[in-house]
Amino acid sequence: MFKEGQIGVYIHWPFCLSKCPYCDFNVYLRREHDAQDWLKAYLQSIRTYQSLMPGREVVSIYFGGGTPSLMAPNEVRAIIDEVTGGWGVSDQVEITLEANPTSTEMNKFEAFRQAGVNRLSLGVQSLRDEALSFLGRLHSSDDVRRALGIASKVFDRFTFDLIYARPGQTLTGWKQELQEAIPLMKGHLSAYQLTIKPGTAFARQVDRGDLKLADDDCLADFYTMTSDVMTDHGMPPYEVSNYGAAGQESRHNMVYWLYQDYVGIGPGAHGRIGYAGQKFSTEDYKRPGDWMAAVQRQGHGAHGHAPISPQDQFEEILMGGLRVKTGVDLDRAELKSGYTWCDGIDTQRLQVLVEQGWLSFERNHLSPSREGWLRVDSILPYILKAP
Amino acid sequence: MTQDLKYIRNFAIIAHIDHGKSTLADRLIQTCGGLTEREMSAQVLDSMDIERERGITIKAQTVRLLYTAKDGHEYQLNLMDTPGHVDFSYEVSRSLASCEGSILVVDSTQGVEAQTLANVYQAIDNNHEIIPALNKVDLPASDVEKARQEIEDVIGLDASEAVECSGKTGIGIDDLLEAIVTKLPPPSEGDAEKPTKALLIDSWYDAYLGVVILVRIIDGHLKKGQKIKFMNTRAEREIDRVGVFSPKPVMIDELGPGEMGFITAGIKDIEDTLVGDTITDMRKPCDTALPGFKPSVPMVFCSLFPVDMGDYEDLRDSLGKLKLNDASLHFEPEQSQALGMGFRCGFLGLLHMEIIQERLGREFDLDLIPTAPSVVYHIYRTNGEMVELYNPADMLDPVYIEHIEEPWIKATILTPDEYLGGLLQLCQERRGVQIDLTYAGGRAMLVYRLPLNEVVFDFYDRLKSISRGYASFDYELDGYDKNNLVKLEIRVNQEPVDALAMIVHRDNAESRGRQMCERLKELIPRQMFKIAIQAAIGGKVIAAEHLSALRKDVTAKCYGGDVSRKKKLLDKQKKGKAKMRQYGNVDIPQSAFINALKMGDE
Ligand SMILES: Nc1nc2c(ncn2[C@@H]2O[C@H](COP(=O)(O)OP(=O)(O)OP(=O)(O)O)[C@@H](O)[C@H]2O)c(=O)[nH]1
Ligand code: SF4
Ligand SMILES: [Mg+2]
Repeated sequence: MFKEGQIGVYIHWPFCLSKCPYCDFNVYLRREHDAQDWLKAYLQSIRTYQSLMPGREVVSIYFGGGTPSLMAPNEVRAIIDEVTGGWGVSDQVEITLEANPTSTEMNKFEAFRQAGVNRLSLGVQSLRDEALSFLGRLHSSDDVRRALGIASKVFDRFTFDLIYARPGQTLTGWKQELQEAIPLMKGHLSAYQLTIKPGTAFARQVDRGDLKLADDDCLADFYTMTSDVMTDHGMPPYEVSNYGAAGQESRHNMVYWLYQDYVGIGPGAHGRIGYAGQKFSTEDYKRPGDWMAAVQRQGHGAHGHAPISPQDQFEEILMGGLRVKTGVDLDRAELKSGYTWCDGIDTQRLQVLVEQGWLSFERNHLSPSREGWLRVDSILPYILKAP
Repeated sequence: MTQDLKYIRNFAIIAHIDHGKSTLADRLIQTCGGLTEREMSAQVLDSMDIERERGITIKAQTVRLLYTAKDGHEYQLNLMDTPGHVDFSYEVSRSLASCEGSILVVDSTQGVEAQTLANVYQAIDNNHEIIPALNKVDLPASDVEKARQEIEDVIGLDASEAVECSGKTGIGIDDLLEAIVTKLPPPSEGDAEKPTKALLIDSWYDAYLGVVILVRIIDGHLKKGQKIKFMNTRAEREIDRVGVFSPKPVMIDELGPGEMGFITAGIKDIEDTLVGDTITDMRKPCDTALPGFKPSVPMVFCSLFPVDMGDYEDLRDSLGKLKLNDASLHFEPEQSQALGMGFRCGFLGLLHMEIIQERLGREFDLDLIPTAPSVVYHIYRTNGEMVELYNPADMLDPVYIEHIEEPWIKATILTPDEYLGGLLQLCQERRGVQIDLTYAGGRAMLVYRLPLNEVVFDFYDRLKSISRGYASFDYELDGYDKNNLVKLEIRVNQEPVDALAMIVHRDNAESRGRQMCERLKELIPRQMFKIAIQAAIGGKVIAAEHLSALRKDVTAKCYGGDVSRKKKLLDKQKKGKAKMRQYGNVDIPQSAFINALKMGDE
């Protein structure tokens, strides 16, 4: 899918209008800030990475957050121009912006398109008003329909998110909601099971016993049903939670899962970048103030660039590779990481999982079945040899 | 100059637990000026943290006091404070074997208790002269006449001249000191001219002094620079310090016949110091060794495994250090499939076991997994041979077993009448056989035979709760008897979990097996496959549970930043794998077994 040297660029915009109770992203309530200084910091960081790793070709730019649709379209444009000005650009470059379906934001869609964005990712989450308010969202189901209407006129490609397996939601209720959503799609959907992340408002409710999630058996049924419905409508899963018609897959996310290099810019953003013959992980300072100061001090916002050992690279490749339909080729993973795969993988145990029907393993190519996906977090710890 | 034997008194203070031995020792020390007011604290001889916290004596302590009696002479008193709890009776028996007299303390608010009896009989076996002391007379509930009567009726000891005293207020202490010099005998023999002959009573490790040895001199002397020989272990050393406890350690020039004190001699190995050994002069040895002490017989066993396998060597060293200090501790290496390398340890009882486990944790900072307590079984093979079974995991295949015998104890329980019914029922539930039931002064003395196995779990706690703390309990081993006993094996994924094997009475096997399977089902996390958890006797499964396969384990999102987080988790999981045990194709966290064992105590 990708060529050697192709990269993705992730821009993290850390501000939201309010904090959703399930969200553990690095987000802050929007405060008065100096837009000029922020833009300068992003541009400066981009230039730093461009000189660190010149000559690369960008296949994707992704504005995530937070709520990057709160940015001014000309800021978005300036960032896109900076990225495409200093690096080569693939003719199929995907430029995605995350947005929430509120009225102020949807009025900016056209301006974002003109700024260079060619794909929209909408935080819809549900088509039901009571669910939207439970999830702490600021929009209504009417807003959703309007926003999707505008998006489909403005953008050739767009996607949206739904959250399911919410407390009290029945299997049939979810099936109906999903089926209602299908005509609103343009070949792509991300459907996430509600997950309680530590430190969120929901986590506190769970601790107090005010919120109860469905059990694993029930969650498995939700998952299987979702996958069936989406497949029936021509959008089979190509990753655990992502569904798409052929060609509609998110190129940006494929960069992560296929372990291409990606540059992460903005408070709390992570990156995986190769330069000087070595692969590094980067993590930007989380607090906006710290991040700004770091960029002003050193030209980028990262704590430092930590080299990743061949074994760690290998395991990260597997982590992503087992989540995608296409799976992972162990020989190629070995080549990419420099780690001999038979040193790390217990092939006998691999065989056990193959017999169980969770993995296929042919000519050293490993790919998960749907049953395997359901337990994908247990697979790697199971097949990796103990240190 | 050698101390005249006439002016030496060596004695032990014995009693039932909490009757006030250590407090009485405080007053004796204080009256004789061993410590100033400022240096004094309550139960000053209970110096270990664990003793102070629990308010009990675990280790016997010896102090030398100087007392000027009414006859005008100064006497050297060597006082040995002993523990009251039955689990530390080896400390008591060694003390009693090292001196000539005893003060029998009886709490005058409680009267004679089970351990009073046990200890006084031991003192009599050692030909001791005994002074009864009726303690705690300061309390309103004190009934001196009743206590005196019980000493006469229950023990059969003349209590007409018993000293009435209070360790708390100091009443009667002077009378007690006079009784010690007038009623207790001086050391009977002892010749300063003969070759050195001394009894090794105890040893322990002291942070400042190193290995310290407590001795009682029979003949000759021990002095600094002297080359000595331990007759049993054959170790040879040079004495570098000689001293006594006042109770502070005080260095002196030498110890002579009849005296007690300590020496240090650059000893490193615990193997060199065997309690009961005879110490003599290397160049001029005595001809015969002292008879020494009866070895202690451990009654309760459990295995200890380090949570972190890297701590195995530390555990061995720590057990060695404790053994140096506690001659009744036994241990040997053991290998378990479920829990790794550890030690099978023998204890005198449950409290002893608990104390050792706690000391290993706090004094040596070790994190341990103890298995459930068990006893030693006698397995008679079909070929007539008998093997001792220390660990249920080592049980033979039943086809080779003719029969199994288990240890029984003779238990003596003293209780106020009103709790008798409840206690009889308890003994009956525990497969007990009544031997005797007598009354003396409103109290019942109940003698029962019980399988030790039934006592090691929670018998003592139950006894205390049924009697609201009033009943007292003492026991001694009383042979082995045949019974319908079987090894109950727990299997996970068809493989036996050695640490969970237990010997049970056939009638209880089903219910115990079912219980354990249910528990494990709760404790073992769901695996990649369906797992069978079974309880079996021989090849026969008598209870089973199934743990269904993991149905779902997947995080919804995995984008840029999630990779680092998930990688950290993966690293932790990989590390955790080292702490897992493999059963066929599954890894089971050790914590599941640890928790299953913990719940076994409930
Ligand atoms: N009122 C009163 N209390 C006493 C007296 N002697 C001891 N006690 C209390 O009884 C409790 C037990 O005293 P200890 O001296 O520790 O008893 P012990 O016999 O040494 O106990 P073990 O060594 O554990 O067997 C403590 O709370 C003492 O304060 C006394 O004469 N009068
Ligand atoms: S809008 Fe999105 S990023 Fe912001 S708090 Fe809600 S879920 Fe999180
Ligand atoms: Mg005491």
